[in-house]
Amino acid sequence: MKMIDYNHLPVPGPRSSVIGEFPGLYIHVPFCRGKCPYCDFYSVPALSLIDGWLAGVEQEAAQYRKQFALFDSLYVGGGTPSVLPVEAFHRLLEALRSRFEFAADTEVTIELNPEDAKAAFFKALRSSGVNRLSFGVQSFIDGELAFLKRRHTARDARVALEKARSAGLDNISIDLMYLIPGQSEESWVRTLEEALSFEPAHLSCYQLTCEARTPFGRMKADGRIAVPDEETERRFFLLTSRFLRDHGFIHYEISNFARDEKSISRHNRKYWRHVPYLGLGPAAHSFDGTMRWWNARSVKTYCRALAAGQRPVEDSETLTVEQFRLERLYLGLRTREGVPLTDACDGAIPVAQVASLEKEGLIRIQGDRVLPTTEGYCVADRLSLMFPG
Amino acid sequence: MKQIRNFSIIAHIDHGKSTLADRLIQFVHLVDDRQFRDQILDSMDIERERGITIKSQTVCLPYQGKDGQEYELNLIDTPGHVDFSYEVSRALASCEGVLLLVDASQGVEAQTLANLYAAMEHDLVIIPVINKIDLPVADVGRVKHEIEQELGLDAEHAVLTSAKEGIGIEETLEAIVERIPPPVGSTDKPLSALIFDAQYDSFRGTIVSCRVFDGAVRPGDMIRLMSTGRTYKVEEVGIFRLPRESRPELTAGMVGYIIAGIKTVSDTRIGDTITLDENPAPEPLAGFKDVKPVVFSSIYPIAADDYLSLKDALEKYKLNDAALVYQKDSSAALGQGFRCGFLGLLHLEIVQERLEREFDQSIILTVPSVQYRFTLKDGSTVVVDNPQYYPDPIDIAGSEEPYIRATIFIPERYVGQVMKLCMDRRGVNSRMSYPAPGRVEIIFDMPLAEVVFDFYDRLKSITQGYGSFDYELTEYRESDLVKLDILVNGERVDALSIIVHKERARERAVRVCDNLADEIPRHQFKIAIQGAIGGKIISRSTISAFRKDVTAKCYGGDITRKRKLLEKQKRGKKRMRIIGSVEIPQSAFLAALKVDEE
Repeated sequence: MKMIDYNHLPVPGPRSSVIGEFPGLYIHVPFCRGKCPYCDFYSVPALSLIDGWLAGVEQEAAQYRKQFALFDSLYVGGGTPSVLPVEAFHRLLEALRSRFEFAADTEVTIELNPEDAKAAFFKALRSSGVNRLSFGVQSFIDGELAFLKRRHTARDARVALEKARSAGLDNISIDLMYLIPGQSEESWVRTLEEALSFEPAHLSCYQLTCEARTPFGRMKADGRIAVPDEETERRFFLLTSRFLRDHGFIHYEISNFARDEKSISRHNRKYWRHVPYLGLGPAAHSFDGTMRWWNARSVKTYCRALAAGQRPVEDSETLTVEQFRLERLYLGLRTREGVPLTDACDGAIPVAQVASLEKEGLIRIQGDRVLPTTEGYCVADRLSLMFPG
Repeated sequence: MKQIRNFSIIAHIDHGKSTLADRLIQFVHLVDDRQFRDQILDSMDIERERGITIKSQTVCLPYQGKDGQEYELNLIDTPGHVDFSYEVSRALASCEGVLLLVDASQGVEAQTLANLYAAMEHDLVIIPVINKIDLPVADVGRVKHEIEQELGLDAEHAVLTSAKEGIGIEETLEAIVERIPPPVGSTDKPLSALIFDAQYDSFRGTIVSCRVFDGAVRPGDMIRLMSTGRTYKVEEVGIFRLPRESRPELTAGMVGYIIAGIKTVSDTRIGDTITLDENPAPEPLAGFKDVKPVVFSSIYPIAADDYLSLKDALEKYKLNDAALVYQKDSSAALGQGFRCGFLGLLHLEIVQERLEREFDQSIILTVPSVQYRFTLKDGSTVVVDNPQYYPDPIDIAGSEEPYIRATIFIPERYVGQVMKLCMDRRGVNSRMSYPAPGRVEIIFDMPLAEVVFDFYDRLKSITQGYGSFDYELTEYRESDLVKLDILVNGERVDALSIIVHKERARERAVRVCDNLADEIPRHQFKIAIQGAIGGKIISRSTISAFRKDVTAKCYGGDITRKRKLLEKQKRGKKRMRIIGSVEIPQSAFLAALKVDEE
């Protein structure tokens, strides 16, 4: 890995494309009790490194004190943040509060796994100011959970969700997964229905993706996991969208659904809107409006760099105008907000291609914006390339 | 003259020709070891990668024989493909002998046969050299037996070598000196020198490679190229060391080069005779042929605005390839480009590859065509090598296509399959003979159009490399021809049209449509690809619309990874042509050429 001294990086002022939005803060907790076979995020099962990591995050936060003054979202993700001992979690939030300013209504989210949910833990979360929980439930069918090698059962999930509610934490998001091998449309709907019974404010529905370099990726390569065909993928995707919209949810991003406008994840929306965010911790990504940079993946490398007084940055890039536009297009077109017509047409009047995409039913033009339709969502990966320029 | 030996090496691919040439060069210390690199005579990347020789290379080896005499051994390396068989024949005509290189583990293979027969035609001395004797699987006895039985050569005195290990190199040089006769000729006669190659040098113009049969040539002489009658003043003559070395004169028997202010290689003709303007030879050397292109295809830049850059590249490329002919062309689908004529499909591939690699061009080639002849109702005749100029069918009174006489050598066991292949390709009037036990020579009359595409490849795969193939153009014959158009979503793509025999049209249409359907990526709408003759649709393939293409996955804040993927796709799109609203990649145009039958 190349280790650059980022102490002398130029520090351009945040250039938000959405005026008036504050940046978000992300903390990567790179620890898990064990690795799920589909996950390609960075995490290690070495809980003994927690203290070193925490010291590292404290040091890293100090490095950005001047550059990022005020946040209105804090997202503690992973990994599995719920493996952190209560004291460590308190210490983390304390450290962040002492180094950064947060807006009064800051959205504070923590990701957690049902098996970690203990009443004392929820109380601690509440007292430390967490106001949003993201549960990694994945499924309410035990067979499916076993296939995913999750460490919890459907019952554990139910109990955890109940406990959270009774601890007064009711801004809840549930992560679910579809196209698990063996999953039928009926069992997926059962999972969705059960999730809705907990009245979540938000749902994230991901399609199981078998990335190379994960155990599932290798099983896919060997043919031990059948890859669903396009029609099946489409059916599940549309079923999910239709089902949740019928239940009053807003399908505001490819994988994300909110009960109402105020339940849209403030933090995640920053990624899609090109709002700056700072990521602390190993493998965390940051964006200041112009430049993107990302940290070293390994906890040890990360800690070593910080101990030496350096930024633990692995690499960075400064976006060109063209890259900026491509990102705006592809990120925007993954959300119901779409993109300004001027982005789609690169400053020109709507050209034939934009009109024909509307005719094909992939987009709608509304006022000065291009919005993806549900059909557009279905092909979002290439929608951004269909615009000239 | 007694100290000169002119020879070539005939070998099957991979039997070690380049390595042997390398060792001969090293043995005589022509280059010092520090400057030496493997395959020193194959200067083009394509040659090194494909293991074939495209351009002749000549090197003059100074060698002191065991008899104490100083010899000059001219090694003329020849291309190894039927597209260049005329060049090979002129190179062989410049030699007195050849080394027939056979792999000690593989034995005699058929591909060398065409060149071997050509060598026999020129009455050259043939020295069998059995190479790779160091391999554990080497079987020298068996190979000797094969050489005697299958080729009818005396293998008793075959030279045994391992070019890789440097074994038998001196023996090879001695065999050349002892067994290949020195050239004969008279320095007193008028100059008569055979051009067997020409290369372009950006500083000196054309460097003509030639074999002097009679007379002598010196700087200051006015030479005349007998086929064109053009005259040039000689600036320099010399021999092919590495690099070349000037000499006061080239005399009868010598192989060397002439620099005479000849601007491009196209001003010379391979096989032409060089003589002196003042005292010309009474007649040119035998065997001159004006080689004409037989396969035609149009080249277009992938991005229409790269036309001028392509024009420039072609001009530069042409400086060194006399066989390529081209002129301006234009297509409704592809814009401005060039219609080009090639010696064969390999030649076409080489031109394409070199334009892309050495001249950095991104190009599309249209389906290759031969030259067809149409008699119109008003009595006139038109020659058409470009389907765009196919006459209005109402006006056509008769149509003809060029035929060849194909000569194929194969081991007897492949006769059935090869006969079938030839007949599938409309071969007629077959004759068969047995030049040696177990070996068959098959002669067929076939339409050229049926062999230019992939016939040679098919033959090689059917015969596991043992089939050799050569052909000569014979005549035009009546043929029922039609123009097959390809429509993409109802829009005719002129660059994909083909002139084809009526009976082959449907089959061809089905295949082209299928190939295109495989190569054109799916779009958000359904795409119909149709083959049509006139207004009549004869084949159809459909590319279904993609219905879902979205990664519903959590990315976290890693926006870069996904963007990089999109950037890559975006670059890919730049290599596509939009016809109607369909994006057609370069590979689709290439796929349309493929006629594989599996």
